Amino acid sequence: MTSGMKRGNALIGQPIERVEDLRFLRGRGTFVADVNREGQLHAVIYRSPVAHGLLRSVDAQAALNLPGVHAVITAQDFGADVPVIPLRLQPLPELVPFRQPMLAHDKVRYVGEPIAIIVADTAAIAEDALDLIDADIDALPPITDRAGAELGDVLLFDEHGSNSAIEWNAVRGDAEAAFASADYTRRETFKVQRHAALFMEPRGFVAEWNANEEKLTVWGVAKVAFANRTILADTMALSENQIDMVEVDVGGGFGSRGEFYPEDFLIPFAARHLNRPVKWIEDRREHLLAANHARELECDVEIAATKDGKIIGLRGQSWANIGAYVRTNGSIAPRNAAQFMSGAYAIENIQLTTTSITTNKTPTGTYRGPGRFEGDFVRERLIDLAAKDLGIDPVEMRRRNLVSSDQMPYPLATMTPFESVTELDSGDNHALFDQCLAEFDWSEKVKLQGKLIDGRYHGVSIGCFIEGGAAGPSENARIVLELDGSYTVYLGSAAVGQGIQTIMAQIAGDALEVPFDRVRVLHGSTSHVKSGFGSFHSRSTVMGGSAIVLTAEALKDKIRDAVAPTLGCTPTEVTLDGGNASGPSGGVVSIMEVIGEPIEAEAAFLNKKYTYAYGSVAAHVAVDPKTGQVDVLEIGSTKDVGRMINPLTLNGQSVGSIVQGLGGALLEHLVYDKEGQLLTGTLADYLLPTAGDFPNIHSTVVELKPSPLNPLGAKGAGEGEIIPIGGIIANAVAAALVDFNVEPLELPLSPPNVWRLIETAQKT
Amino acid sequence: MLVKFNVNGDTVEVDVEPRVSLADCLRDVLHLTGTHLGCEHGVCGACTVIIDGEAVRSCLTLAVQADGATIVTVEGLSNDNALTPLQAAFRKHHALQCGFCTPGMITTAHALLTEEPDADAERVRDVLSGNICRCTGYVPIVEAVLEARAAYANPDKADAS
Ligand code: FES
Ligand code: FES
Repeated sequence: MTSGMKRGNALIGQPIERVEDLRFLRGRGTFVADVNREGQLHAVIYRSPVAHGLLRSVDAQAALNLPGVHAVITAQDFGADVPVIPLRLQPLPELVPFRQPMLAHDKVRYVGEPIAIIVADTAAIAEDALDLIDADIDALPPITDRAGAELGDVLLFDEHGSNSAIEWNAVRGDAEAAFASADYTRRETFKVQRHAALFMEPRGFVAEWNANEEKLTVWGVAKVAFANRTILADTMALSENQIDMVEVDVGGGFGSRGEFYPEDFLIPFAARHLNRPVKWIEDRREHLLAANHARELECDVEIAATKDGKIIGLRGQSWANIGAYVRTNGSIAPRNAAQFMSGAYAIENIQLTTTSITTNKTPTGTYRGPGRFEGDFVRERLIDLAAKDLGIDPVEMRRRNLVSSDQMPYPLATMTPFESVTELDSGDNHALFDQCLAEFDWSEKVKLQGKLIDGRYHGVSIGCFIEGGAAGPSENARIVLELDGSYTVYLGSAAVGQGIQTIMAQIAGDALEVPFDRVRVLHGSTSHVKSGFGSFHSRSTVMGGSAIVLTAEALKDKIRDAVAPTLGCTPTEVTLDGGNASGPSGGVVSIMEVIGEPIEAEAAFLNKKYTYAYGSVAAHVAVDPKTGQVDVLEIGSTKDVGRMINPLTLNGQSVGSIVQGLGGALLEHLVYDKEGQLLTGTLADYLLPTAGDFPNIHSTVVELKPSPLNPLGAKGAGEGEIIPIGGIIANAVAAALVDFNVEPLELPLSPPNVWRLIETAQKT
Repeated sequence: MLVKFNVNGDTVEVDVEPRVSLADCLRDVLHLTGTHLGCEHGVCGACTVIIDGEAVRSCLTLAVQADGATIVTVEGLSNDNALTPLQAAFRKHHALQCGFCTPGMITTAHALLTEEPDADAERVRDVLSGNICRCTGYVPIVEAVLEARAAYANPDKADAS
C-alpha cells in the first residue's frame, strides 16, 4: 500500500522545523482579529443576563438612537422561523427539540445566550449600546445540576416533558451474568467537573456580502469549514457556491473552536442585512460563557473481577450535564464516556449507559479526548481500587487486563442509538506498558509510594489509554504541478495550531518524490478543493495525509501519460525525478517543457474505520497534607502512533496534551452558583496551567504497529495523553495518601478538595 | 488626544480617544498586529510589549500613558533576513504551536534576557508564568529561552534590528 512512498522517509519521520513558525515568531501571522475590510462595521452580542426565563420583549430603541449604531438585530428579524444550529454529528430525531436557536426568542436557557446583535461604527460604540438594550425576561427557577434536573418540576423544554434528552448505551457480552458470577465487585460514584478547551485566541468572524454577485465571504472559520458552509447556506437560504469560507491563522481549537455557534450565522446575517462588512471578536468573559463547555459528568459504575484480578465486567449509569442545548457535536462526549470506558483493557462484558441531561448552563461540546478523559478517570480509579481490595499490585493488575496483540483487532462495546461498532485496529499494549515503566524508572520510584519526605507524601501511578483517530468519511486533496516546477497542495483539512502546513508538505514531498521546499500547502478554505471534512477526532494527518498520497499517485500517473509519447515509451516505463522524466532508452525531458501548462489531480481518501493510537502514562506526585497542594514531580508517557510524520511536532502535541490534562485534573473548573451565574468568568478565576506549574514532563512516541487502515500506516495522535491524566493523577494522589485511606472520586484535585478529603478521612 | 511615542525605532504621533488601550492603538491605528489580545484583562500576557525596557501588558496600558515612551513590539524584535537567536531557539524547540501566545512570549523573554542573560530555569519559569500558552505545555518554551541565553550574554548577537 505504500507505493507512493518508494524513496521512503526522506521527509517523513524527520523533525523538520515548521514553516508556520517563520511568520508566527515575527508577529506576521494573520489571525481573524487582524482581518479588516474596507467599510467594515463592528458587532457585539447582547446575551442573556439570567439563566432561565421567558423572554417577553427586547427594547432596542435607546441603543438604536445612539449615534454610530447601525442596527440591532433580534430574532424578530428572522421572520416566523428562527434558524437553529443543526446537529452535525448523531443527528437523531430525539435530539431535534434541543437544538439552539441562533437568537433566543421565547425563552432564555443559560447566562450568555445570544438575544440580540448590535452593529455599530466601532466596537466601542457597539459596547456602549449594549447597556442601552432592555430585555424583558420573566425569570424562571434555574436548573444547574442533576438533582434539580431530575425533579422535573421545572423543565427547560416544556414540550419535551423531561430534562433528560437521550440515553446512550454501550453493550458488550453479558454484563448481568458476569456480575452474577464474579468473585469480586465494587461500585463507586465519580464526578468530573465542568471545564473547557479554552484556546488562547478568542473566536471571531469578518463577513462580507457582495450584493452584485450575491456572494458571501466569511473569514475566521476553523476545523470544519465545509460542514459549516453547508449549515450557513441552509440557514441563510443561499447555495453553497455563493459562500466562500476563508481559514486564516487559528489560535488553537482543541475540539471547541470551529463548531457552528450562533455567531457563525449572526455575523454573516448582519453583513448581508446591512450590506456592509461586519467584524466580531469575542472577549474573554464572553468566550467563557459562549464557547462550548465540556466534561461535566457524574458516574455510578461497578467493576467485576475474578479473585486473581481479571476484570470481567463493567456496568453502570452516567449522567452528562450537557447544558441548555444540544449543539453540533453535543452527543460525542456522553456517548464516548460509555463506549470508551473500557479503554485499552479487554473487558468482555459491558453495560454502560450515559444520560444526557439538560440544565441552565452553557451548552457542551467536544474538548480534546471528549468523554475519554472522563471515562478513563472512572476506569483507572476502579482498577486501582480493585487492585487494592484484591491485594494485587496495580501494575500487575493492568498487565493481566490489557488487550494483547493476538486479540487485535479487538471490538469495543457497541453503541446505540446511532449504532456504532468499532475495534482497536492494531497494537502491542504490553510492550508499550513495559517501555513506559522502564523509561519512568518505575521500580525505583515505586519505593517512594506513600512515603513522607520533607513534609510531603509521595505517590506514583501508571495507566493506559487508547486514542481514536482518523474519523471518516473522507478527505480531499488536489495537487497542482505549477509552471515553475513547484507543487501546490490544496487540502480539505484545517489548521488548528498543529503544524499542518509542515506535516502535509513532508507527506507530499515524499509522495511526489521532490524536496520539501518544492511543495506549498494551502488548506482549510472552501475554495481549494471540491469538498472536505476538516480537522477533528485526530484525523488530519491520517485522512488529509492519505488523501495527499493518493492524489500524488494520480498526478504522477497523469504526468507519465503526458510525457510518454515524447519519450517514445509506455507510461509505466517513465521514471520521474523531480522536474525531469526519463524513458527506458535513457532519454530525459523536462516535464514542464513537454506539458507546457500546469497539470493537476484531485483525489479523496475514504475510510470508515478508526485508527487507535495507544499508550501508557506514569506520574509521580507529592502531596502536602497541610494544604492539600498536589505537586506533579514528573510525568512520563509512551505512545505508539504507527507512523510518525514529524517527531518534533508529535512530541509537542504529547507534552501539550499532558499539561492540558493536568489543568483538568488539578486546576480548571467552571463554577456556577445556584442562580446559574458563572462565577469563573475571567482567567484570574478560571485557573489554567502556567509555566511554573509542571516543569518535568517527557513523552516518547514510537512506531511499533503501523495502522493497516491507511497508506501511511499512521494513527491519529492529536488528542493523546490528556485522556488518562485525570485517572492517573487521582491514583497517584491515592497512593501518596494511602496512610490516610484517601480515595479521590471527584475532580479537580485542587488544594481545598484534597485537604477536605484528608480531613474527612481522618475523622472516619 | 494627541500622543507621541517611539515604536520600533520610529517616532509616531497618533490621535486617540483617552479610553483606547495601547494594545488597540498598536493594532488598529498603527497596524502592528503582532501584539495579540487573549484576555484584555491582564492575565494572559499575549499583549506584552516592551516599554522603556520593561515588559508591560499593553491591554492594561492606555495609549495616552505611553506618551513619550519608547516601545518595542514583536515586530521590532524581528528582521526580514533571518530569525533572531531567540526566535530560532523557539523554532528549534517547537516552542510554539498555534502561535497566538508567541509574540508575548518573545517580548517577555527578550526583556528578561536583556536584563538577566544568566537567568536560570527557575527564574525563566517564574517570569514566563505570567504568559499563558494553551498549546505547548511550556516545556519547550523554557528550553528555548534557556538556549537563547548565550546570544544575550554577547549582546551583538541578540540584537535583532
Ligand atoms: S490581553 Fe493583555 S494580558 Fe491578556
Ligand atoms: S502556541 Fe498556542 S497558545 Fe501558545
